[in-house]
Amino acid sequence: MTDLADLTIVEAGAGLRSGDHTARDLLAAVTTRAAVTEAHLHAYLTMDHEGAERAASAADDAFARGEDLGPLQGIPIALKDNMCTKGVDTTASSKILAGWKPPYDATIVARLRAGGAVLTGKTNLDEFAMGSSTENSAFGTTRNPWDTDRVPGGSSGGSAAVVAVGSAFGAFGSDTGGSIRQPAALTGTVGMKPTYGLVSRYGLIAFASSLDQIGPFARTVADSVTLLEAVAGWDRMDATSINGPVPPIGRSLDEGVAGLRVGVVTEFMGDGIDPAVLAATRSMIDKLSGAGATVGEVSLPSSEYALSAYYLIAPAECSANLARFDGVRYGHRATVDGTTEDMMRHSRAEGFGPEVIRRILLGTYALSAGYYDAFYGQAQRVRTLVRDEFAAAYADFDVLVSPTSPTTAFRVGERAADPIAMYYSDVCTIPSNLAGDPSMSVPVGLDADGLPIGFQVMAPALGEERLFQVAAEVERLAGFTARPWLATSEVHTP
Amino acid sequence: MPVDIDIAKVANLARLALSADELEAYGEQLLGILEHAERVQALPTEGVEPTSHPLPMVNGFRPDEITPCLDRESFLDAAPDSCDGQFRVPRILGE
Repeated sequence: MTDLADLTIVEAGAGLRSGDHTARDLLAAVTTRAAVTEAHLHAYLTMDHEGAERAASAADDAFARGEDLGPLQGIPIALKDNMCTKGVDTTASSKILAGWKPPYDATIVARLRAGGAVLTGKTNLDEFAMGSSTENSAFGTTRNPWDTDRVPGGSSGGSAAVVAVGSAFGAFGSDTGGSIRQPAALTGTVGMKPTYGLVSRYGLIAFASSLDQIGPFARTVADSVTLLEAVAGWDRMDATSINGPVPPIGRSLDEGVAGLRVGVVTEFMGDGIDPAVLAATRSMIDKLSGAGATVGEVSLPSSEYALSAYYLIAPAECSANLARFDGVRYGHRATVDGTTEDMMRHSRAEGFGPEVIRRILLGTYALSAGYYDAFYGQAQRVRTLVRDEFAAAYADFDVLVSPTSPTTAFRVGERAADPIAMYYSDVCTIPSNLAGDPSMSVPVGLDADGLPIGFQVMAPALGEERLFQVAAEVERLAGFTARPWLATSEVHTP
Repeated sequence: MPVDIDIAKVANLARLALSADELEAYGEQLLGILEHAERVQALPTEGVEPTSHPLPMVNGFRPDEITPCLDRESFLDAAPDSCDGQFRVPRILGE
């Protein structure tokens, strides 16, 4: 018998409407699943059992009344712990916010609640979303459900892990340089970063405001569409959200790729990419060609510099954004016998972890008098070059493709002492953030160690329809049905 | 431009109380990262406009509608210290 926790959102939603199961059944299934998997993974920081029970009961009552608020009504969904949830701990995995209960909901949270979703809890991340492994959390590392000696990627590693293992049907993360797509690749899930401004950032704890974007984790491309559609669109509370129509995200899922022009990014198909990842990527490109796509090579020469530019722009923005954590209005306050300014210095030094301090220092330096133009200014000009090259590439191609991550999941501790090796994890994903374009990772296979490999599809701004069209074909061509050992029935059958 | 860092000055600007050992360790790590980041200076960018925001967007306006504010008490309750409806901090001036 199928365990309900293994259903897709589309299947679970159909079952709710046909009366095969209730929202309370779905919640019980993921809660039971989590009771086993959390001991191995530590993917949730907080599980809101009471709130979830209430929401599930409300969804069942609504169905009983014939009321249907949309495809997420009654579906258990998890949230990265950098999204504000009224009355429920929101920490960004930082000691500086330990125990903080926001007095308001982020817009995405309000929209999910309004759509009848059942919010299961808050997932682990690298502190303030700074990292690529979830090892930078102040509250412990999350493990990869395919191999618990390995990282799930990051920074949205908790959201990736709960979806991979079935302790939520879907989840949301945030992506500043690859923080949705890279963990999706490392956990065999579908992770999607929308066009900058398509999803409101109101109530998302800011890391780098010109790059941050919220997006979904799912087990299928169709589920990913459902999640994104539920939250996309203009928000009066976010001046950077796009005030215009939402693209028809899921309209062309079944259209295939015949006649589409697919560009393979030369710079991401060579040095530094693991051979198994490269082989799986090439194999998928051949399949796309076989399915009727016109495949060509495209060079983005500035992408080589994109990583360097990103590690100036993101820290610069973070050093400004994180200035608000000063022990005055929320979060940790140091006990210091001195002035307010002494209190602030000590609160910040005690509350932030090493990677956050590293990036604040880096950003402060890059913005300081005498260095601003050589570092931050130059990085912004490189950003223009990256955007221009993408724009030129999209004149010739409908979508671009590459590996998502240069490697499969690495071991816990393997890169922790070497920030630059860790930063390299995002080499293929960062350019889409700099350009503001949508991009997603779809699992296409396993390497010799049985670890998932992600395939990245990129599209121009507001090109979500084409992006999902190609991603759906990649999913069909890959036929990826493997599940992590922690989600298999042997583990869960009493 | 050669990379040199006065790490104590940077930590002061960032309002971070770091020990001498911490300053030394972060200073070395930053040098390593900046040597990598310095690569951006190799690209010719004369006449290239900087991009600070990904979308060609100017001023996000919204209708001027009166809506209820969030409750002040709920914010003060979540603060480290408050008094008479305001955030409370230690003394501002030194001895």
